[in-house]
Amino acid sequence: MHTATTDVWRWLSEIPDPEVPAVSIVDLGIVRDVRHGADARLVVTVTPTYSGCPATEVIANSIREALQDHGVADARIEMQLSPAWTTDWLTPEAKEKLRRYGIAPPAGLAPGERAIDASRILRYRPADDGVTCPRCGSARTELISGFGSTPCKALYRCVACREPFDYFKPH
Amino acid sequence: MDDALHPYVLRLGDNALVLSQRLGEWCGKGPALEEDMALTNVALDLLGQARMWLSYAAELQGDGADEDSLAYHRNAPEFRNLLLVEQPNGSYADTLVRQFFFDAWHALALRELGRSSESRVAGIAQKAAKEVAYHLRRSSDLIVRLGDGTARSHEMMQAAVDNLWRFTGEMFETDAIDAAARAAGAGFDATSLRREWLAYVGEVLETGTLRMPPPEAWMQKGGKQGVHSEHLSRLLAEMQVLQRTHPGAKW
Ligand SMILES: [Zn+2]
Repeated sequence: MHTATTDVWRWLSEIPDPEVPAVSIVDLGIVRDVRHGADARLVVTVTPTYSGCPATEVIANSIREALQDHGVADARIEMQLSPAWTTDWLTPEAKEKLRRYGIAPPAGLAPGERAIDASRILRYRPADDGVTCPRCGSARTELISGFGSTPCKALYRCVACREPFDYFKPH
Repeated sequence: MDDALHPYVLRLGDNALVLSQRLGEWCGKGPALEEDMALTNVALDLLGQARMWLSYAAELQGDGADEDSLAYHRNAPEFRNLLLVEQPNGSYADTLVRQFFFDAWHALALRELGRSSESRVAGIAQKAAKEVAYHLRRSSDLIVRLGDGTARSHEMMQAAVDNLWRFTGEMFETDAIDAAARAAGAGFDATSLRREWLAYVGEVLETGTLRMPPPEAWMQKGGKQGVHSEHLSRLLAEMQVLQRTHPGAKW
């Protein structure tokens, strides 16, 4: 008997992201598709956030376990690279969950494809991104490092409340 | 075996793998905690990219090879990376300048490869390009800050630029492998890429009060064809020792 894909989506939406447990793998847009293959087996398509993300294999295992817990033992997990994952897929609810967790959500859309332009890159000021402090809401924040505890985050500091915080970079 | 694409994809994978391994040598030894984290994050991105390229190369090779056998069971002359990425870490200035020269080429090359009609190459390149945009922003920023920093940092950065410059020409060399890849729908026009690279690198160096060596200077080549310096053999010895001693070891 077919498992309803709506049920599967609901189960998957309860799996926390291993690195940012405040949001689920569905909130983050990592699960791209749930369907039944030609052989009637359930197929879950996932996409990696970053190519070197060590969480990708943990996520595949969590999906397998969650499905087994619901009696689906023979699901197939497929990895899909294209279209490349982007923070633009984060839902407004996911961004709010990040903020409550203490991580500033990506401000604005991911930078699109364009020529590399020295004046633009060198003129870049982190303040232009409009990153606000997830604790006090102040817009007076400064970049400490473009790379934080994981490649998807940058390290910021709030000038108003002096707290350092993680920023989920537009990607 | 797909002869048109296999050696080309191998080159892309080897560049990412070798530079990732080099950056990993800094792990725990960075000049500041933030720098240590940034270097290892960049290394992790490159390692992920290397896995995607090498997995594809292994599929094209089709003789039971996989990403691990390509990474761990090839000798130096079978590696097809640019000489630039195998250069030793040296001082922090050397590491940064090597990264900056490579990032600028990598960002441009991936942008072009992302437009390939060959869909697998395009998919990997589009994914990697997003990561490399952040690498380039960081290395460009540091070139300016340290170039236009103290007298000592300026001097070290200029020495690194002068020393590594001879390894940049190879990035724009084309041979039959590049031509075959282009015919197969992957690749780019190296001449226009070089023009764009020189313009970008020139502007960043100038902003950092650094002098760009002459583009027509003599350039060292051979990495793409498997002719490497002894530095690569030493790097591979360290990277491969476990798998060579205990083939198939897992944890
Ligand atoms: Zn604050």
